[in-house]
Amino acid sequence: MVRIWGSLTSATDGQADVEIEATTLKELLDGLSEKYPAIRPQLQRGVSVSIDGKIYNDSWFQPIKPDSEVVLLRRIVGG
Amino acid sequence: MPLDDQTPGQKPGEARQFKVVGTRPLRPDGIDKVTGRARFGADMSAPGMLIGRVLRSPHAHARIRSIDASKAEALEGVKAVVTRADFGAGDDDVADILDNCMAGEKALYDGHAVAAVAATSAAIARKALKLIDVDYETLPHVVDVDAAMKPDAPVLHEGLSDETVPDGVSQNVVHRVEFGHGDVEAGFAKADKVLERSFKTAATHQGYIEPHACLATMGTDGIADLWVCTQGHYMVRNTCAAILGIDQGKLRVTASEIGGGFGGKTTVFLEPVALALSRKANRPVKMTMTREEVLRATGPTSSTSIDVKIGMNKDGKITAASADLRYQGGAYQGSPADMGSMTAFAPYDLENVKTVGWDVVTNRPKAAAYRAPGAPMAAFAVESVVDELAKGFGLDPLDVRLKNAAREGTKSSYGPTFPAIGLEATLQAAKDHPHWKAPLGPNQGRGVACGFWFNFGGDTCVSLNITPDGTVTLSEGNPDIGGSRASMSMMAAEELGIPYDQVRTVIADTGALGQNEVTDGSRVTFAVGLATIKAARNAKKVLCERAAMVWGIDPEAVEWADGCARPAGDNAGKFPPMSLKEIAAIASNTGGPVAGHFEVNAEGAGVSFATHMVDTEVDPETGAVKVVRYTVFQDAGKAVHPAYVEGQFQGGAVQGIGWALNEEYIYGEDGRLQNPGFLDYRIPVASDLPMIDTVILEIPNPGHPYGVRGVGETSIVPPLAAIANSVSEAAGVRMTDLPMSPPKVLAAIQNG
Amino acid sequence: MSQIHVTTKINGDTTEYLCDPEETLLDVLRDRLALTGAKEGCGTGDCGACSVTVDGRLVCSCLTLGAEADGCEIDTIEGMADGEKLHPLQQKFLEHAALQCGICTPGILVAAKSLLEKNPSPTEEEARYWLAGNLCRCTGYDKIIRAVMDAAEEMRRAS
Ligand code: FES
Ligand code: FES
Repeated sequence: MVRIWGSLTSATDGQADVEIEATTLKELLDGLSEKYPAIRPQLQRGVSVSIDGKIYNDSWFQPIKPDSEVVLLRRIVGG
Repeated sequence: MPLDDQTPGQKPGEARQFKVVGTRPLRPDGIDKVTGRARFGADMSAPGMLIGRVLRSPHAHARIRSIDASKAEALEGVKAVVTRADFGAGDDDVADILDNCMAGEKALYDGHAVAAVAATSAAIARKALKLIDVDYETLPHVVDVDAAMKPDAPVLHEGLSDETVPDGVSQNVVHRVEFGHGDVEAGFAKADKVLERSFKTAATHQGYIEPHACLATMGTDGIADLWVCTQGHYMVRNTCAAILGIDQGKLRVTASEIGGGFGGKTTVFLEPVALALSRKANRPVKMTMTREEVLRATGPTSSTSIDVKIGMNKDGKITAASADLRYQGGAYQGSPADMGSMTAFAPYDLENVKTVGWDVVTNRPKAAAYRAPGAPMAAFAVESVVDELAKGFGLDPLDVRLKNAAREGTKSSYGPTFPAIGLEATLQAAKDHPHWKAPLGPNQGRGVACGFWFNFGGDTCVSLNITPDGTVTLSEGNPDIGGSRASMSMMAAEELGIPYDQVRTVIADTGALGQNEVTDGSRVTFAVGLATIKAARNAKKVLCERAAMVWGIDPEAVEWADGCARPAGDNAGKFPPMSLKEIAAIASNTGGPVAGHFEVNAEGAGVSFATHMVDTEVDPETGAVKVVRYTVFQDAGKAVHPAYVEGQFQGGAVQGIGWALNEEYIYGEDGRLQNPGFLDYRIPVASDLPMIDTVILEIPNPGHPYGVRGVGETSIVPPLAAIANSVSEAAGVRMTDLPMSPPKVLAAIQNG
Repeated sequence: MSQIHVTTKINGDTTEYLCDPEETLLDVLRDRLALTGAKEGCGTGDCGACSVTVDGRLVCSCLTLGAEADGCEIDTIEGMADGEKLHPLQQKFLEHAALQCGICTPGILVAAKSLLEKNPSPTEEEARYWLAGNLCRCTGYDKIIRAVMDAAEEMRRAS
């Protein structure tokens, strides 16, 4: 289950929580773009993913547990 | 890469006893810096060096019909002139960066580079610039964010809006983003009071005292060297290579000492131009910016226009909150409106919350990151409304924040559920501090505000080598902005169990280590520190193996403690401990040099919170505001070098004071910057300020072996709001427009 | 345009140079004499990073012409330590962590030394006003002021 941010729900038929089978970050992102092609432009622009409250930008093989809380975020930048 | 492993031998939940971490040793680069020997960007020269200068657009928006440089090229002493025609198409990823470094079809802001010259002296280069003929067709311009969003606004780039932008707004709107949960309308309906206010903040500059500078040498074979002041020399390498179409491996970039960055040195401006000039002239080229160039053409932050609406009950409970955040990011996409939208309500536990962010382009220099990019403006707007509501109900503003504070288990306004966080601790510390109870004088007010920021990690590469005499050299790839070499040496010494002065940390050039993320996102102490600890642990493993060899026992039966290899327990055998020096001395006899290295994409950094408290005094005659007392409360996880943590808190607070009270980009009708100098763009000076008190809280970050959190950015998030709340109380009128410069404060007092 | 011949004493050593009539003392120090301790933060007299003393008077070297220094004694950050012994201000800046990036440090040290020569026991406010011409963007000045006050006290005790 992935929580996505408000304006992206236009790409997911209005759903803020979407169900994707995934055990890693990469599977999650691949699954998302397969199930919701409209989300692809945003994935290409870059996202960060919060898994159980920790933020990941790139790590494809970061494990996701069945009960993990997964939230898609705009890509985090810093100064 | 999982990072949350325990320190060996440490029981879960047990606080680790540190020997070096948490002390305040002198920094390794200190003597160089107090004697004037330290070499910054502009302090390097090369034999046969040329001086490069940039010609900049005097127009806010103009089509470049043609550029004729023939007269400049003919001038004696001029060795190369470059324009956009000297750069290839470049990679898509760097298209905006290239266009910002050297304008293509259009000049998009006052100060936009249009050509550059390399000559045998600065005087000749300056003269040559005057000989370049640029034929401009001036175009209508727009510099204000709200004006730029109107459907009939002058358009900078056709077709830039992406699929998120609704119809009916200008093409200058690049992107719209929305965050939140619950039903805000239902929440507002339940509130005892709903307050809606609009806010404006001016663009400010990072204001580092060292202007951008570099020295480039590039041969016709594509082999190049670059000396540069930057927050990330690996980023400079990759970006320049992409722009110039050369291999990353052929460009070696060395980071100079850096005279401040604060986010503004996380991109390139002069560097690709200097390389292109050097390639064309086949000589080294040095370029430095003047202060005017720094202000006109490098990284200001966004100016913003923000609406906030909050519903609150009499008891202080927030029922719903929403915000509309409009950020202009200069001439290219990428304003931090999204960061503002994510951070705006992050300190609160809200059932119903919604934020909408708009990324808008205008005829201003491309916004660069500035310390917690996007967050301070959002916090200013939100914390002002929270404060006004609290005071309207006669409630204590700290109590109201405590009542609504995000805590472990809170579903944050941007989505994820928070793990253990330190916000309540900072609020409680603020409430218990004598500052909160101290009496105020006439015309004085006290303000508080909270702030939130993310931290991140990123690619990090560290190499730790043990010399034959047993001292340690540590190479890392992140320019040291505020004492990080000291912190790294401390963490390596802690882990190896040796004195701090036995470790020397150097910032390696791009030829010496793998990829390293820029020094930003408050990442260095966290991510490089983590890699340093891991590298030291890898070295310890080798050291134990060497001792095991000498003792003829199993390496598993050797452990490292207090700087020595020791048999682990009585079964391992009885051998006197072998120190690092002893093992180093026989390294050649036991397999060769001993080193430890570690490469990681250090993801999974935590978040950070702060609360600031400030007293100001307003002069009712002039509207001038004086900061009379200031206290910062922030969670540092674990303060590695407390003096530098305090320094980060103080520096961020004072940058916030400048932003709140004085600093602003002022544009004329003609779209040109009116105040490109430190005289008129006024940053805080010593006589403006009191001492800045700090309270460091230490709530360990579970994602770091020592519990460290990044501390560099959060300290600039609360001050705008805290000062606005304080000034509003002192002046007796709510201030919603930054900076609160004397004329504005006076007008507000007079208009009641 | 012919260059001007200038004879000065810099940090106690007689130094001769040729410079252009419009060349600043800062450029002479940095580009001709390789004394890069003085920094250019603005070139307009607003940041103090280029502070030096000319005949004991604190000046912005970016606003002084190289030619003006003829016959003068110039002191820069490079001459502040006495051999291996740091000046008390330098020592206190290290101990108080009064620098982060360090770009402002040479100018602030030169300015602070000049303050303590004129006023060995400044109040905090006097120190803040004296140093108001030296910008520091990193520290918020807190630790700088503490270091200056502490150095002043130590120098008073020593004298
Ligand atoms: S460089 Fe001389 S005052 Fe700034
Ligand atoms: S220490 Fe960086 S400007 Fe002062």
